[in-house]
Amino acid sequence: MKRFTQRTALVAVGGLGLALLAGCEIGPKQSTQTGYRGTGADQIVDVKHAVKTAAIPPEPYPLPPDGGQKAGEAYQNVKVLSGVSTERFNHLMAEISQWVAPPEQGCAYCHNPENMASDEKYTKVVARRMIQMTQQINSTWSPHVQKVGVTCYTCHRGNGVPQYKWALPAGAPHPGSIRGDRHNQNELSADAAYSDLPTTGFADYLLDAKTIRVNTTQALPKYDGKGASVQTAEESYGLMMHMSKSLGVNCTFCHNTRAFAAWNLSRPQRVTAWYGIRMVRDVNNAYIGSLQSVFPDNHDRKGPHGDPYKVNCMTCHQGQNLPLGGVSLMAQAPALWGSVAAYTKGAAAPAAAPGPVPVALNAMPATAAKP
Amino acid sequence: MARYQNMFTQVQLRGPLEAGPPLRDATFTRTGTGFYNYWLGKFGNAQIGPVYLGTLGMASLMFAFLAFEIIGLNMFASVNWNPVQFVRQLPWLALEPPGPEYGFSLFVPLAKGGWWMFAGFCMTTSLILWFLRTYRRARSLGMGTHVAWAFAAGIFLIITLGFIRPMLMGSWAEAVPFGIFPHLDWTAAFSIRYGNLFYNPFHCLSIAFLYGSTLLFAMHGATILAVGRYGGEREIEQITDRGTASERAALFWRWTMGFNATMESIHRWAWWFAVLTPLTGGIGILLTGTVVDNWYLWAVTHHYAPGYPSTGVIDPATLPGAPK
Repeated sequence: MKRFTQRTALVAVGGLGLALLAGCEIGPKQSTQTGYRGTGADQIVDVKHAVKTAAIPPEPYPLPPDGGQKAGEAYQNVKVLSGVSTERFNHLMAEISQWVAPPEQGCAYCHNPENMASDEKYTKVVARRMIQMTQQINSTWSPHVQKVGVTCYTCHRGNGVPQYKWALPAGAPHPGSIRGDRHNQNELSADAAYSDLPTTGFADYLLDAKTIRVNTTQALPKYDGKGASVQTAEESYGLMMHMSKSLGVNCTFCHNTRAFAAWNLSRPQRVTAWYGIRMVRDVNNAYIGSLQSVFPDNHDRKGPHGDPYKVNCMTCHQGQNLPLGGVSLMAQAPALWGSVAAYTKGAAAPAAAPGPVPVALNAMPATAAKP
Repeated sequence: MARYQNMFTQVQLRGPLEAGPPLRDATFTRTGTGFYNYWLGKFGNAQIGPVYLGTLGMASLMFAFLAFEIIGLNMFASVNWNPVQFVRQLPWLALEPPGPEYGFSLFVPLAKGGWWMFAGFCMTTSLILWFLRTYRRARSLGMGTHVAWAFAAGIFLIITLGFIRPMLMGSWAEAVPFGIFPHLDWTAAFSIRYGNLFYNPFHCLSIAFLYGSTLLFAMHGATILAVGRYGGEREIEQITDRGTASERAALFWRWTMGFNATMESIHRWAWWFAVLTPLTGGIGILLTGTVVDNWYLWAVTHHYAPGYPSTGVIDPATLPGAPK
């Protein structure tokens, strides 16, 4: 009897130990050294759980050759793509219908079938602005999107509204009371990668231009002003967790964790991300923000404060450091490059975002510097 | 056949309950006469109680209960009093200190951090009262007050984190939130904000004493268990009347590492290592933000951080015409 209780206790303790292991990610890991030895610079990929690219829908029909009548001449009310040939314009429309519109609605998602030129459906007005946005991203934000570029499909993936989006948080439901007030943190939220860090960073960093950097640049405190608070550090950290989760990478994908702030110890990917943050800010303000009055007051389109849903890193990346696994759809949608000539000429120093253009930096080199 | 063993003893003695010496300097008498518990006897003494709670003990428990309730009810309220969500999200829930906008003001609305201040006050009061209790109980038994002062070292670190440093920084917002994940995330964010705490030499010292404590604990525990068969667990007797257990233990360490602590000094080693862990840690916290703002840069300045080759990456914000 005594032996039995002892054995039961032993099994119980062993079982509890195994249960505690349930929090671990079990499975093979692929680890790649990405920087100087001894600095912890490596990427660890949980191979089994890494996000795989879903099948990209095939092109509706092969891209017709350029030339012939322009869309602006053949159709009425063509404001953005008027210089594109009619054949290619129609090809792009077929693609947009495949990339964005729900299948049962097709063209009618944006157009009045009786009068295709009419702007009566708000979705058409939004789509026009989004085409301008896509062209802007592909031409001036090449330090982030590089030569892969983006199309409607990068975010939409066949949905009218992209799956991953955000809006201004509802805030405390009972002002002045502790009831229901989570201070926009301490929540079980995928936005902060299930940490309890604040998610206010989306509004502060991806809409407003609050300073993300929290470290001071001198060793000793300056007494002429206050540095960032620990709360601001948590907010910044929350955004970084979002980026890490959205890209499916560790902190060391960009940073050297001995000194997160030090650029001369960071990887070039950090520069790409730096441009990405500014690109998202531009998209949220200049493009989505400008559609505030166009979107209907509908909870599918707007958040609790009546602001339209906005983008963050997850909107495009969806768990991969290269959205869609790095597959470029640009060859089948050349009209979305914006001014193609302007891009090739200004590739080294785009007008709005000069600076070194990192080429293919996101591809993790198999043989990194290993001194 | 039953054997006498010094630890996890398989034989539990049963007899009249031990009442201990008569109480001195006490307000009350001890509560009850105590009882035996078979399972607790597997880990320590099978006799439980009698307990002496006294004025300080009761006051301490009262404040501890208040702090516990304030924290728990604030967390419960934050999920709209939903018991399922309270259990599900408990590790994420928090009671946050006042925001930076309140500075070090003593008057903060309850919902904006005032409850945090109340909880912190009650917790600190409870700890200090318990410290006084351990001091008084030790004195009452004619003991030294080593336990009380070791406990005080831990209290020093807690007060440093929650009161002294926020006061020096002029902001309650510098203090630690209550909560399971929140306090851990605070720790990480604090280190990031002040340029990596690993470059804080007092943080290094604290880690050395912490790891040293576990090492000493393992070495001492192992030594005494190993000489238990010669009566080595009767450590106090071995100090005054050194027997074969003590001789063998000393010889073992001299053979393996050339030096041995004595039956007496090993306890001073352990006590100081344990006490210096929070003391050095607390000093490191006190210097952070007040005297040094970026530990990494400080370590670079003083050639304390090793240099690594630059990756050649340039801050894009410093390039001409960069987007804001």
